[in-house]
Amino acid sequence: MIDAALFSSALGALTPILLAALAGALCQRAGVFNISLEGTMLVGCFAGVAGSWYSGSVWVGVLTALLAGTAYSLILAVGTVTFAGDAIVLGVAVNLLAVGLTSFLIQTVFGTRGSFSDPTLPGLDPVEIPLLRDVPFLGEVLSGHSALVYVSWIAVPVLALVLYRLPVGLRLRGVGERPEAAASLGVAVDRYRYGVILAGGALCGLAGAQLALGNVTMFSENMTAGRGWIAVVAVMLGRALPWGVLAASVLFGLAEAFGFRLQGIGLPQQATDAAPYVVTLLALFVFSARLRSRRATRRTTVT
Amino acid sequence: MTQPAVQLTGIVKRFGELLANDHVDLTVARGEIHALMGENGAGKSTLMSILYGLLRPDAGTIALDGEPVVFDSAARAIAAGIGMVQQGFALFDSMPVVDNVIYGAEPTRRGLLDRRAATAAVSELVERHGLRLAPTDRVGDLPIGVRQQVEILKLLYRRARVLILDEPTAVLTPAETEQLFTVLRDLAADGHTVLLVTHKLHEVTAVSDTVTVLRDGKVTMTGPTSATGRAELASAMTGREVDLDRVYPAGQPGAEALTVTGLTVDGRAAGRPAVDDVSLSVRAGEIVGIAGVAGNGQTELVAAIAGLLPARGSVTVGERELSGLGVARRRAAGLAHIPEDRAEVGAAPGARLTDNLATGFHRRPPLLRKGFLRSGAMRTHAERIIERFGVRAPGPSAPMRTLSGGNQQKAILGRELTHEAPVLLVEQPTRGVDIGAVVGIHTELIAYRDAGHAVLLVSAELSEVLGLADRVLVMYEGRVVAEFPKTEADPHAIGLAMAGGAPRGVAGGTAEDSAGGAAGGVAGAAGGDEADVVGDATGHASENMAGDTAGDTTGDAAEDSGGGAA
Repeated sequence: MIDAALFSSALGALTPILLAALAGALCQRAGVFNISLEGTMLVGCFAGVAGSWYSGSVWVGVLTALLAGTAYSLILAVGTVTFAGDAIVLGVAVNLLAVGLTSFLIQTVFGTRGSFSDPTLPGLDPVEIPLLRDVPFLGEVLSGHSALVYVSWIAVPVLALVLYRLPVGLRLRGVGERPEAAASLGVAVDRYRYGVILAGGALCGLAGAQLALGNVTMFSENMTAGRGWIAVVAVMLGRALPWGVLAASVLFGLAEAFGFRLQGIGLPQQATDAAPYVVTLLALFVFSARLRSRRATRRTTVT
Repeated sequence: MTQPAVQLTGIVKRFGELLANDHVDLTVARGEIHALMGENGAGKSTLMSILYGLLRPDAGTIALDGEPVVFDSAARAIAAGIGMVQQGFALFDSMPVVDNVIYGAEPTRRGLLDRRAATAAVSELVERHGLRLAPTDRVGDLPIGVRQQVEILKLLYRRARVLILDEPTAVLTPAETEQLFTVLRDLAADGHTVLLVTHKLHEVTAVSDTVTVLRDGKVTMTGPTSATGRAELASAMTGREVDLDRVYPAGQPGAEALTVTGLTVDGRAAGRPAVDDVSLSVRAGEIVGIAGVAGNGQTELVAAIAGLLPARGSVTVGERELSGLGVARRRAAGLAHIPEDRAEVGAAPGARLTDNLATGFHRRPPLLRKGFLRSGAMRTHAERIIERFGVRAPGPSAPMRTLSGGNQQKAILGRELTHEAPVLLVEQPTRGVDIGAVVGIHTELIAYRDAGHAVLLVSAELSEVLGLADRVLVMYEGRVVAEFPKTEADPHAIGLAMAGGAPRGVAGGTAEDSAGGAAGGVAGAAGGDEADVVGDATGHASENMAGDTAGDTTGDAAEDSGGGAA
């Protein structure tokens, strides 16, 4: 039931969530509540498959996904920053648009409905890490993932470095905490917000590429299946801290892998597919209970 | 260096119909503290925003040290050595002092933040100017007065030579204000030029070298502070004679209307209760004033009487025992309450004036009929209050927040007085209110008393307590430590009690010092000459007091910011 293969598949499962959640955390830190992760990731999935298919190179596919995610997030950036629209309303719109847009494009581009896959569609190859792969258990768990999995691991400390050790990170956190104070010190709040939304779009594009070219090698309608929403929860659970977000994503990755494993012992697929969402719900309960108790202590002490 | 540090000439700024600055000239010498006075809306903030590059003047010129300059952004003004502390803090509560100070102008080493260099630079400034904070302190944990110093540090770190402070004392206790003034005097002596925007007379007399008064966008007076009387400043601000230190005739107390016995409210920290076994009574036709340095339990006392805080002990209005009852029942029994914080507690800033004025009247006819609110009746009700109390508003449907502070206060005052409740609790009735409006509010409170109501007044302005109250109680560390009838209410004795010097006698030196802590109020009551003496008498006692009140404010702020972060 619990073995190296379970953890290995958990690592694959958590990567799209982690990349999207890092995007969400970055935006959160600059004061943008980004719920468009789901839709942007889906656009990334489609662009990744299309790029890979037409160029014959999976790396062109990954790049296409990254660029498409960035471009698609422009909608949110222009809407919330330039036109001061509501991030939630726009986020919902962006997510709905992504589902419709990719369903439409799969028909016009690939001429099929529902899903597209082909044996010749190039996908991400597993990367074996020398030395590490020979270590028992650890080698089996950690080695042999797609390059994007390792990219996501590196992205966590990189984000931490940017946020806490670079001037740009200090400014960004200030923009999120108190935009008017940041502005009064000559920091261009809007530019920072554009920056994080677009960077977040790029990360979501990569998340989509990993999902459609790494975890599987295909595109199907609405294939993100709520992973972007789980990422939103991971941002909240991890309190938008890079390592916190990593921990939350690991939790969800494990849940997904474990749910898949439960199918093996004969539980109906519908039930096991629900595993990550059940964990999400539980996590939300715990999170809000903790929040409430914190508020309660506050109320009794303040007044 | 004979050139003035700042010279504004013929500044004109128009917002649509409104002429906010009408050919304003302002000359500020190097190393002086220059007070810019005026009522709300007189154009002070507009003028300072122009100097700081936030607004561009329609006409007029700016010269620094004799050199003409044009600022099209705050960044340009900052580069030219101008720094501004705006109203309300522009600080990041979750970050340490050092991050707040370097924000936007960070020292780096190989591309990374150089925290060591930053901390060293900030420590150096802290030491040079004798500030009381550590660079690593989290701003959210600091008392309000110290946060203000962080704002000043930000300016000094950016090498500002001209410091603009826009209403810096609005949020400070008297002791914190005195500390701020000490820092400002030190900075001026160090060659910095300070522009202090304020509408408080006693601050101008306490700290400034020169004063310029604006009214309706025009300069109505300018000159050395020492040669200017308070009455002269007040009439330059308001355009008419204002009797600032009016002491109203005593009332004619009748039967006891409010009786509080053994009231105790637990403190935030274990050990010391916020309100400690307080007993007092207010009679019909009497105003009882509570004096005290902020944070000594006055707020909690009133909140407990109003039913907003759980407390032990007994509160009776007339014959009715109120303990255990909720706010609505207490109000029905005859309590009205004008809270300290009009924006958060006293009113719903986003709601219409009509709705704000209907609150408290909404559970019974004529506003309520058959379970529905009658909008016509609400409107009539609102119009009546607006008319009677002279609330200046665009109309009854205007959102509360579009009103000026003074008019918001008048509206809340009007609403609560309209209840005709036998007992009125009123906190800081004139905080942030223009001098012109202060007199009106005082007159209303006196009239309410003379109509046979009991009023319990809490104010940080000692002059207000002395002018209005028939009896003065002094609170210190949650207890009522002294009581003075109107005839014996002496600012020095009260100041001493406020600093904890009562009832046991304390050496004369401390008396001076404690009065300094309450400089605001004392100055108001003692008249021009004494005000200076008192203002200068900042000793260790007042600093200790600052520490005390500081502790309390920190708690609030820290918890608030904690909630915000979550």
